[in-house]
Amino acid sequence: MSALFEIKNLRKSFGENLVLDDVSINFPAQSATVIIGASGSGKSTLMRCMNLLEELNDGQINLDGADISAYGTDIDSVRGQIGSVFQAFNLFPHLSVVDNITLAPRLVHGVKKDVADKNARDLLQRFGLADKADEFPNLLSGGQQQRVAIIRAVATNPKILLLDEVTSALDPVLIAEVLTLISELKQEGMTMVIATHEMGFAKKIADSVVFLHKGRVHESGTPDAIFSNPQTQELKDFLSALHQAGRL
Amino acid sequence: MTYQPSALQLQREAAKRRASRRSTLIALSSTLALGFILVVVVTGAQGYEMVKNSFFNWHYAIQAMPSVFHGLLLNLRVLIIAEFFVLLLGLLIAIARTTTSPVLYPVRLVATIYTDLFRGLPLLLVLLLVGLGIPGLRISWIPNSAVVLGTVALVLTYSAYVAEVIRAGIEGVNPTQRQAARALGLTQSQTLEHVVLPQAFRNVTPPLLNDLVSLQKDSGLISVLGAVDAIRAAGIQTAQSFNFTPYLVAGALFVLLTIPLTRFTDWLTRKQDARQRAQGQ
Repeated sequence: MSALFEIKNLRKSFGENLVLDDVSINFPAQSATVIIGASGSGKSTLMRCMNLLEELNDGQINLDGADISAYGTDIDSVRGQIGSVFQAFNLFPHLSVVDNITLAPRLVHGVKKDVADKNARDLLQRFGLADKADEFPNLLSGGQQQRVAIIRAVATNPKILLLDEVTSALDPVLIAEVLTLISELKQEGMTMVIATHEMGFAKKIADSVVFLHKGRVHESGTPDAIFSNPQTQELKDFLSALHQAGRL
Repeated sequence: MTYQPSALQLQREAAKRRASRRSTLIALSSTLALGFILVVVVTGAQGYEMVKNSFFNWHYAIQAMPSVFHGLLLNLRVLIIAEFFVLLLGLLIAIARTTTSPVLYPVRLVATIYTDLFRGLPLLLVLLLVGLGIPGLRISWIPNSAVVLGTVALVLTYSAYVAEVIRAGIEGVNPTQRQAARALGLTQSQTLEHVVLPQAFRNVTPPLLNDLVSLQKDSGLISVLGAVDAIRAAGIQTAQSFNFTPYLVAGALFVLLTIPLTRFTDWLTRKQDARQRAQGQ
């Protein structure tokens, strides 16, 4: 598998605070990469660097062979190729579910309104939300909102989908429906980067797992290697903490 | 078995009904008492008959009506044009003040000085400065009609207020909304147009309409420049008859003019409150 998305020697600091230190990760096409690590390990910053919401301090990010971190890159056009979903769903409250989903296809990708509408309704149908198409976001449950947010990100046919702790604000039943949606997308061949605390899900869906610790890639490998055979003390500590919290 | 309210609940409901009957009675009697006192104080005043004749004279009211109403049509024209430009200019200034790009620093500076200046200057002063000062420059292509210059003065003052209201609305939109739009690939201006401004306007509709109601009545101030609006027309009538009733006619017409918009504002505010509660915020 060739690397669709590459992070090379990424460095990011906020003032004196070095958040990401020489991070290099390859994301092959159609793979699911799960990023784990304690709060403050740099997961969210890494995700935000990947869609250029944060400026890098050093290093390089390649999408499909093109350096998107180069000075003068058309950031808007790059973001049009990267789908992002956040912990807070960030649906647009003044737009209906369909309009939330069709906004970017229409404005950024120039899709005609009727075509975009049809695509959106097809997607909603496929993921069991057809009856919510014309509702406004505040009438939806948290799980439904997050599923709409994921569908909104997928509707632009991104080359890669970034999911940043998308289940952290949800209760277990709602988490399940969101994770099901993500698994279906994976089966359809979507390349994904997932930052999560849901270790059971990570084990199931991940092709590879990256353990981030103090802004560095501390260990990475197959889910089996990471969860069953951790090499470093830091990962062992992290996993045993999760175990004690009942999350593993 | 169908649900039967318990004795306790029936008791509670009866007590509630009694309390509400009592509140209605109290409200009614206190209103009547206040009305009675007002009537006694006003009609018992020494100058009552004189005031009644010079301010509430039916004969002069009917006589003044056509010309005051004609004047009000001018107010209507002025305020429709002024409202349009106030919203447009206010929006542009608000957007200018919320930009962050260093290139636009001078624009931000000008917008800030503009709002500081025209919110601080009394409207009457702006009217006089624009209405009397600009014609004094004798620039041939600038119209020196009192109506046009009066409208300009209204726009200058009110756009500064409205800009601040709209700016508050823009800044009240959660920054994550902007980020979400940018992450979807929307450009800065697309984000502003489709995501930020619709939410901003929703949040500030009540204060915005409040300013427009205020503009409606202040359109009467252009009379100080000599434009024959409702107030000026009433003044001309008064000068002929030495009876002040025409002013009251003009006042009543202004109130009638603003009531629809005030009621609409109230209704909208209530609707928004209800929606926010539905969101549990």
